[in-house]
Amino acid sequence: MRVPLPWLAEYAALPAGATGEQVAADLVRVGLEEEGIHGGGVTGPLVVGRVLEFVDEPQKNGKVVRWCSLDVGDLNVENPDGTRSPRGIVCGAHNFVVGDKVVVVLPGAVLPGPFPIAARKTYGHVSDGMICSARELGLGDDHDGIIRLVEWGLDDAPVGADAIALLGLGEETVEVNVTPDRGYALSVRGVARDYALSTGAAFTDPAAVDVPKPTDDGFEVRLADDAPIHGIPGCDRYVARVVRGVDPTRPSPAWMQRRLEQAGMRPISLAVDVTNYVMLAVGQPLHAFDLHRLTAPIVVRRARAGEKLTTLDDVERTLDPEDLLITDDGGARVLALAGVMGGASSEVTDATTDVLVEAAHFDPITVARTARRHKLSTEASRRFERGVDTDLADRAAELAVRLLVEHGGGEAAAVTDVDERVPVPAIELPVGLAERVIGVPLTREDVVAHLERIDCRVTPAGDATLSVTPPSWRPDLRIPVDLVEEVARLVGYDAIPSVLPVAPAGRGLSHSQTARRSVSRALAEHGIVEVLTYPFVAPEVHDAFGLDADDARRRAVRLANPLSDEQPEMRTSLLATLLDALRRNVGRGATDVALFETGLVTRPERLDAVAPQLPVGVLPADGDLAALQAAVPPQPRRVAIVMAGNRVLPGWYGPARPADWTDALDAALLVGRTLGVDVTVTQDGGHAPWHPGRCARLEVDGTLVGHAGELHPKVVSALSLPARTVAAEVDLDVLVAASGELRRAVPVPTFPLAKEDVALVVDEAVPSAAVEAALRDGGGSLLESVRLFDVYTGPQVGEGRKSLAFALRLRAPDRTLTAAEAAAVRDAAVAEAGARTGAVLRGA
Amino acid sequence: MSGPNTQYDPVEVATLGDAEIERFVADALAAIAEAGTLDELKQARLDHAGDRSPIALANREIGALPPAARADAGKRVGQARGRVNAALAARQTELEAERDARVLVEEAVDVTLPVERTPRGARHPLQTLAEQVADVFVAMGWEVAEGPELEAEWFNFDALNFGPDHPARQMQDTFFVDPPSSGLVLRTHTSPVQARTLLERGVPVYVCVPGKVFRTDELDATHTPVFHQVEGLAVDEGLTMAHLRGTLDHFARAMFGPDAVTRWRPSFFPFTEPSAEFDLRCFVCAGADTGCRTCGGTGWIEWGGCGMVHPNVLSACGVDPERYQGFAFGMGLERTLMFRHGIEDMRDMVEGDVRFSLHYGMGL
Repeated sequence: MRVPLPWLAEYAALPAGATGEQVAADLVRVGLEEEGIHGGGVTGPLVVGRVLEFVDEPQKNGKVVRWCSLDVGDLNVENPDGTRSPRGIVCGAHNFVVGDKVVVVLPGAVLPGPFPIAARKTYGHVSDGMICSARELGLGDDHDGIIRLVEWGLDDAPVGADAIALLGLGEETVEVNVTPDRGYALSVRGVARDYALSTGAAFTDPAAVDVPKPTDDGFEVRLADDAPIHGIPGCDRYVARVVRGVDPTRPSPAWMQRRLEQAGMRPISLAVDVTNYVMLAVGQPLHAFDLHRLTAPIVVRRARAGEKLTTLDDVERTLDPEDLLITDDGGARVLALAGVMGGASSEVTDATTDVLVEAAHFDPITVARTARRHKLSTEASRRFERGVDTDLADRAAELAVRLLVEHGGGEAAAVTDVDERVPVPAIELPVGLAERVIGVPLTREDVVAHLERIDCRVTPAGDATLSVTPPSWRPDLRIPVDLVEEVARLVGYDAIPSVLPVAPAGRGLSHSQTARRSVSRALAEHGIVEVLTYPFVAPEVHDAFGLDADDARRRAVRLANPLSDEQPEMRTSLLATLLDALRRNVGRGATDVALFETGLVTRPERLDAVAPQLPVGVLPADGDLAALQAAVPPQPRRVAIVMAGNRVLPGWYGPARPADWTDALDAALLVGRTLGVDVTVTQDGGHAPWHPGRCARLEVDGTLVGHAGELHPKVVSALSLPARTVAAEVDLDVLVAASGELRRAVPVPTFPLAKEDVALVVDEAVPSAAVEAALRDGGGSLLESVRLFDVYTGPQVGEGRKSLAFALRLRAPDRTLTAAEAAAVRDAAVAEAGARTGAVLRGA
Repeated sequence: MSGPNTQYDPVEVATLGDAEIERFVADALAAIAEAGTLDELKQARLDHAGDRSPIALANREIGALPPAARADAGKRVGQARGRVNAALAARQTELEAERDARVLVEEAVDVTLPVERTPRGARHPLQTLAEQVADVFVAMGWEVAEGPELEAEWFNFDALNFGPDHPARQMQDTFFVDPPSSGLVLRTHTSPVQARTLLERGVPVYVCVPGKVFRTDELDATHTPVFHQVEGLAVDEGLTMAHLRGTLDHFARAMFGPDAVTRWRPSFFPFTEPSAEFDLRCFVCAGADTGCRTCGGTGWIEWGGCGMVHPNVLSACGVDPERYQGFAFGMGLERTLMFRHGIEDMRDMVEGDVRFSLHYGMGL
């Protein structure tokens, strides 16, 4: 809401010389946050000038400029002989004639921008200033031509007069953000009330006017809502006022146009401007109909299926049975979407002399739904949705009628007031509630005084309860805590003390939370950089990954209103977005990149899940709650790692080592190690997007937890990644769930270690892990550790064979092993490896 | 050493003269002093203290002397050997020290060479900040609650007193799941976890909720469609706005130092009543610099929203609003990070550029 200070000053006594900044500071204290301060950014000389003559000069670039001679009074050019000559100014606009009064800015002035003005050479002349458009002066968006003061009703202004004062350019406008509960503050009247509350300044209600009684010849209006929403009639009051004999050629007065502009609205015609002006002044949306285009009676009713209306924005709209309509001819013709927008068929035109002014009160929910349904948020709908003063319609209409009569030369005629309002019940406020919630001592007298300051009617209702009726402009005050907020606001939030509450003893971070911190820290310490990516993906990423048509990862949740139509899906894997980050880093010049991300992926089991719509403020039944929970798709937490470039940098110590599949696998296993979970690695020959020969499948107790290895070359190429990019993705939830068990101690034996190394030859297809596992099992409890230290392929072991060299370390808990015992363990281990994997001792 | 000679012939064996022994010793000492290396010293030891050295031979002859002469000869030869051995040991120590000094010099390296062989890692500062925030609350006995990012509308709105027709619901710039009748959204705030927490844990409850949230804002220097909030919720008997202020003040001091000051402004949120927005006194200029880039010269930094939990929220979560009341608050982590660390462009945080994370390393 934009509030010009002089307008505000009419309703609330501003101190002399009050600035926009001071007023904004006073308003923020009571909850109206400053959005900006406008105006006041112009310094002169800016004066009224008269066009004496001009020459149209065609230019080489096809433009025609006007070389004008302007009389600017005292600021005309002073000649050496003491005489004065008009100013020569080049102007690009053509919407004026000789004799017009215009606004001229002269060298030395500053226009909003800031845009300093100087004499400058252009199109072969020295232009000694500029003739201004509305936009150049910060008076709106009109840049179609320069301002002709005759069109602004300002033709009486003398040549040479200060245009800053004339156009109100020195006036500041404070823009405040109005929260949805405070519909009343969408008016200068409401802001003035809050200003008065904040500062104690005197408030003068602009709506405190006497209204005439309804007349017998009032235009007939029927309220006929046969389908109220939540039992609340769509319209409970409709005031119609007729003004006859308005001169359609009369413009709105300049001050009114100026205020509309300052408030951010465009002046249109007297009738429309008056309704807008009154709306801005007091907050009651009004509508002006051309009386001669109406056929009595007006009927306010819900739409019928299939009905259509062309609204003022020239859009033909198909109406919904929930839309509330203003109709005439007994309901036969649709005139307007009630409280949202009028239609073309009944609007006032430049020939309208007799006007019907509508001032009604519409149900907020009805208006909100219609505005939302038709994507039509208007000045009127914004106010009705947030609640308009329920006792204002007749007085706002009266204000509009007075302005039409005064400035349009009309005559007030018939009066209609259909009033079907039901009284709002008073709020029963426990006297102690305010103190109990706010935490400052408040007596009964304090509470009553505060509520009376905001014009609540307060009467005692027993010893401990007050009966409170909020003022008509505060429909947002409905339950006791609403009143508590008002008391708190008036006590002043600054007056609330600071008391640290003592929570019951907590359990600290959960195991899962600690575990996830450990994983992230371990990966970062391991030389991998944590990043965050957006979870939105294009469906094409599944193709780039080479996923099968029936791969579960193609089953993605789709957004109805994605930020980009190219990326409407929620990721089903972290790699789908983390690889983008890798590519971006490489694109920015990074060569050796290792990234990780922890985050959620969305893995819907079905795509047709529907979460039930349940009411506000009511505990759902168990079944409904379960249905809600079930509709939310599983969102497992993952960690993904990607690497490209070198893992060991080249240096004085030796050559580089490029990141390869082992680095991805190592990082994935590090996650398991950090959590103390044994992760089993097996070969996975076909899991996209990995290389079919270089992909490890990771399991914990037989449950799949992820994959690691080198990406498929086709994926690398499809996603334009660096060659041999490696990646891993692991389900953290599963790993965390498998971790955290209490660890039992194992003894640390101190008898001497026996060392036995063996080289075993197996077929190349035999996984080394299988040989190692067999050695362990065969070696039994005396075998302390097994470590593969060399892999050899070549002529010495034969085609299709490989030699695996293992270091066996043996120890007994209770004695020194003899050479014979050590040899026996070694032989048993080798025998088991031979039995399971066909391994034979090398050279045997 | 040979054993004592019992078959001596006193005629043939004569006692060594002092002069002769002195000469042996002088030769030995000269050779020892001349030895410039450990190898030369080794040779000198062999020549002058070895088995075939003159002194060793003289010693051997002592056994052949008549018993009356043995004691005297033994004493003189023994003293001579002692002097030679002492000189040998001293020179050995000297030469070893020389060698050691030389080798250590030769083994010296340039310790200013770069020693990092693998690229560095780092945490994302937003995650670090979220952990620091959580730690502040955990230290007060609060717990950390979490919830899904793709959420049922009921939890995101209705449970929080945003009815379907509430203007605030339209102002949330919500991402809806297709089709919109699914009743699912990307959560627009961490507040649905309030409802989930009350339903799952009951009361009294004190939790903080860091998490990712979504609004349909285009990415620019000050907006991102995906960002992080941290939420606080405390519901208990007897909690007031004063406790809310105390909690926020403590939090502000934990994050911005002991001099942190907060200010409240009345505001509106459907799920709190009364509601406020809270500002932090600019910790850079404290309001003294009208050109301050951190606070824009206002002296205050908008930090978050807060208020007393609306009775409708408590009712929707099965908590008796007549008996329990509580407070909630929330703030944006990106914003907090931006003004706490002087980050000027939101895009740096969300584009996954390693240089951003690496600057902060493992901490903040």
